[in-house]
Amino acid sequence: MRAGVIEFPGSNCDRDLAVAFAAAGARVTRVWHKETGLPKGLDVIGIPGGFSFGDYLRCGAIAARSPVMRAVVDFAGAGGHVLGICNGFQVLTETGLLPGALMRNAGLKFLCRSERLRVATTDSAFTRLYAPGEEITVPIAHHDGNYTADPGTLARLQDEDRIAFTYADNPNGSLADIAGVLSANRRVLGMMPHPERCSDPRLGGEDGLRLFRAVAGILESA
Amino acid sequence: MKVVVKVMLRQGVLDPQGEAIRHALGTLGFEGVETVRQGKLIVLDLAETDPEAARAAAAEMCERLLANTVIESYEIEVE
Repeated sequence: MRAGVIEFPGSNCDRDLAVAFAAAGARVTRVWHKETGLPKGLDVIGIPGGFSFGDYLRCGAIAARSPVMRAVVDFAGAGGHVLGICNGFQVLTETGLLPGALMRNAGLKFLCRSERLRVATTDSAFTRLYAPGEEITVPIAHHDGNYTADPGTLARLQDEDRIAFTYADNPNGSLADIAGVLSANRRVLGMMPHPERCSDPRLGGEDGLRLFRAVAGILESA
Repeated sequence: MKVVVKVMLRQGVLDPQGEAIRHALGTLGFEGVETVRQGKLIVLDLAETDPEAARAAAAEMCERLLANTVIESYEIEVE
């Protein structure tokens, strides 16, 4: 399986994300934001956390308009798998690949700690190795993780089983405790918590590693 | 041509920063501040000289980048 990890100025989880994909058996290529095309043969693209372009204008807004993101939108449109974590989730909502938006945390504070998540659906390449309703512990580190969407969008996400993860103890005011959502074709996942930060037991947990193994396994056998 | 774009959170979208400002104003003794909404002002200097064309260009900039219309609304003033 080949994974591409996009890098913007200000990305700071790109290496961790590459290491997590590699731990799941992927060959990883890192792709600079000015590239207008993607390396051939990628099976999944990761958009890492960080503070792309200094969070100027809105988190993820400038990165979403970068040349490489046009190629990522095309990749997703052709049925490719895309994983956006933290700032990567913000970038995906800004491109319109995922619905809704991430606003300032309700408590206005930057939050950096581990949170308990519930796996809300196992019907995706990313979440298929978890048990339905399973509780996992995954770190968060964000200032703008307060997920919001209009009532029609929320109803659609619920009806179509597209909420991937919810917070057990909502830390940031997110609508319906949402921590991660899937695209309509279930192949694009955006989530605020950092599974790549809990993919090695030496670093305090490995609840995140199954997500990378899940997507690696399904794309390897495809 | 100077164009001023005002971007605000849409009506009905909770504004926790505005609420924090309101609370701080109360702490300072300013009474009767019932709501506070905060946003951003973007000032553009455009080469365009036709006001309607400048407004149309700014509107497209808002739709494509300056505002996230999922949560924000915008107003354009051409000076």
